Amino acid sequence: MTFSDCLLSAAASLRSNKLRTALTTLGIIIGVAAVIAMVGVGKGAERRIDEAIQGLGENVLFVRNGTSVSGGVRGGSNSKVSLTKADAAAIERQASAIAIAAPTVRTTGQVVSGNSNWFTTVYGVGDAYLRARDWTIGEGRTFNPQEERAAAKVAIIGETIVEQLLPGQNPIGNIIRIERIPFRVIGVTRPKGESSWGRDHDDVVFVPISTAKSRMNVGERFRGRFVRDITVKARSADLLDAAEEQVMEVLRQRHRIRPGQPDDFYVRNIAQYLEARAKSERTMSMLLAAVAGISLIVGGIGIMNIMLVSVTERTREIGLRMAVGATGRDILLQFVAEAVAVSLIGGLVGVILGFGGSLAAAGIAGWPVITSPFSAVVAMGFAALVGVFFGYYPALKASRLDPIEALRHE
Amino acid sequence: MGSQVVHALKELTVDITHGEFVAIMGPSGSGKSTCMHVLGCLDTPTSGEYQLDGEDVSRLGRDDLARIRRHKVGFVFQAFNLMAGATAQANVELPLLYSGEPRVERAEKAARALDAVGLADRRHHLPTQLSGGEMQRVAIARAIVNDPGIVLADEPTGALDSVTGGEIMALLDDLNGRGMTVILVTHERDVARYARRVLTFRDGRLITDEAQGRAGDAVTVNAPESGPSLE
Ligand SMILES: Nc1ncnc2c1ncn2[C@@H]1O[C@H](COP(=O)(O)OP(=O)(O)OP(=O)(O)O)[C@@H](O)[C@H]1O
Ligand SMILES: [Mg+2]
Repeated sequence: MTFSDCLLSAAASLRSNKLRTALTTLGIIIGVAAVIAMVGVGKGAERRIDEAIQGLGENVLFVRNGTSVSGGVRGGSNSKVSLTKADAAAIERQASAIAIAAPTVRTTGQVVSGNSNWFTTVYGVGDAYLRARDWTIGEGRTFNPQEERAAAKVAIIGETIVEQLLPGQNPIGNIIRIERIPFRVIGVTRPKGESSWGRDHDDVVFVPISTAKSRMNVGERFRGRFVRDITVKARSADLLDAAEEQVMEVLRQRHRIRPGQPDDFYVRNIAQYLEARAKSERTMSMLLAAVAGISLIVGGIGIMNIMLVSVTERTREIGLRMAVGATGRDILLQFVAEAVAVSLIGGLVGVILGFGGSLAAAGIAGWPVITSPFSAVVAMGFAALVGVFFGYYPALKASRLDPIEALRHE
Repeated sequence: MGSQVVHALKELTVDITHGEFVAIMGPSGSGKSTCMHVLGCLDTPTSGEYQLDGEDVSRLGRDDLARIRRHKVGFVFQAFNLMAGATAQANVELPLLYSGEPRVERAEKAARALDAVGLADRRHHLPTQLSGGEMQRVAIARAIVNDPGIVLADEPTGALDSVTGGEIMALLDDLNGRGMTVILVTHERDVARYARRVLTFRDGRLITDEAQGRAGDAVTVNAPESGPSLE
């Protein structure tokens, strides 16, 4: 008896009892759907963290102007600005846990090249900032100290800018106009792609911070020595907490904030914040794993139960099959195939429901759920395993029947 | 529960030749079915020997016996034993499934066997859509589909009226005429008359072994036939 014969004969016997088959598959359906959802939610959470870290750069803290109030952030556009370039230099110099502290300013504007124009964000930064955020240069080069000091009109642009303004051209050496000021493109960053929120990391232009402050409109408040924020890179992930403390220490001292008084700046550890959010998603994923496990076991027991009933009901048929030449192994295979067929049918429906549910969760709860064919394969594999495991005993029982007695069975 | 050794068959020596038509008779419990089970390789004797086509099969294991059944014997039962959910065609194909026949050949052979029992037009009917006689003919088609040398029928007419029973016997007679060994168990003289040889059992023993004229035959045929021996 070939494998396909086995499956065909299993399918035939399942068809003859559709309702029972449908009910038997319920546990497996729920189990498999939960597996799909679990993998989807889990992977989604993981991917989001990875992407976020990639977008942020590793071990990065942001120091911002304003006051942090227990999680939330206070301070509107009128709030006092306190961070300076010198603060950044002091942090880098004094804080042992910190590798880089890079001051930044930011503006938005129209970037034009030839007939093309594009609205984007322009960062006033230094090479240190690019290193802190793990930006690497794909083509061309980064800023040199001379350019940073002299407010040179040079720009490093993201992949998206190249696509929008200079498609099919060698961007290096090209002149682009940012808010009508001509800049020479000296480098293109390697793409970071899109975040799971749909933000395009590569839609960005970098110019030296001195250039931005002196030639562009970065806001009245950030004229002179003040900066929008300081991007800090800790020496390692383990040193992130220490880095945060050292930043506070250095800045409180420099800003002469007395004990008990609120800071005029705040430190944001976005990776940590995302990690916390991801944790709740992981908890959800664990919960789904538990549901999946229990459902698969319950479903398996259901299959076993029905298979035992089926073996008893079909004792005569088994006797007949043996009489016409079926070996014990043939019977065993047939019943295992039936159990597996039931579980695979349940698995298939479960995969469909799981994908549907995952997409719904993504749509409603806003979780970036990742549904991959891989998780479908894994889930179907689990279903098949359950079928084999719980179908084996009834099948074995069937295969050991004595043909004469089986034929006599009423 | 006390257990007691029951010898369903005792001191039985019988030699059946290829192409014979044998009826086994005897009171209930006399060991007729048990004898059929041994002949059909469903069971093995506790002691003694059973040679099928010159091969001693009395010490073979379950799986070896199953493989022998596939090719050498076809069973016809009193209760037909058709699979309820399967068409006549699928029922007849069943033995071929286990002898490893490819799908196309299975369909062809089953169609031919159904044709041979006169049910070519009922191929796609379910057992519930067939009369008792037709069901038994499907069962016979199933028994012969693998072209076995022997057809064993345990009370094949037991569940049928005499007219339908007669049709079934005519069919078995026809198969025998084409060279198949037919061995059947029956309680009815009328049915046994189709056979050329009647074995009578009592209490597990063979008490008579007679050749007889067949229904409609003028003379008693008593000449031992040639061919490979089944002893
Ligand atoms: N599995 C078994 N265990 C114990 N005894 C058995 C078993 N099968 C049959 N027997 C006994 O063997 C004897 C012969 O049984 P068998 O079925 O061969 O009789 P039979 O001639 O076919 O009777 P019937 O005409 O009623 O079908 C009986 O006494 C029966 O009780
Ligand atoms: Mg009997």
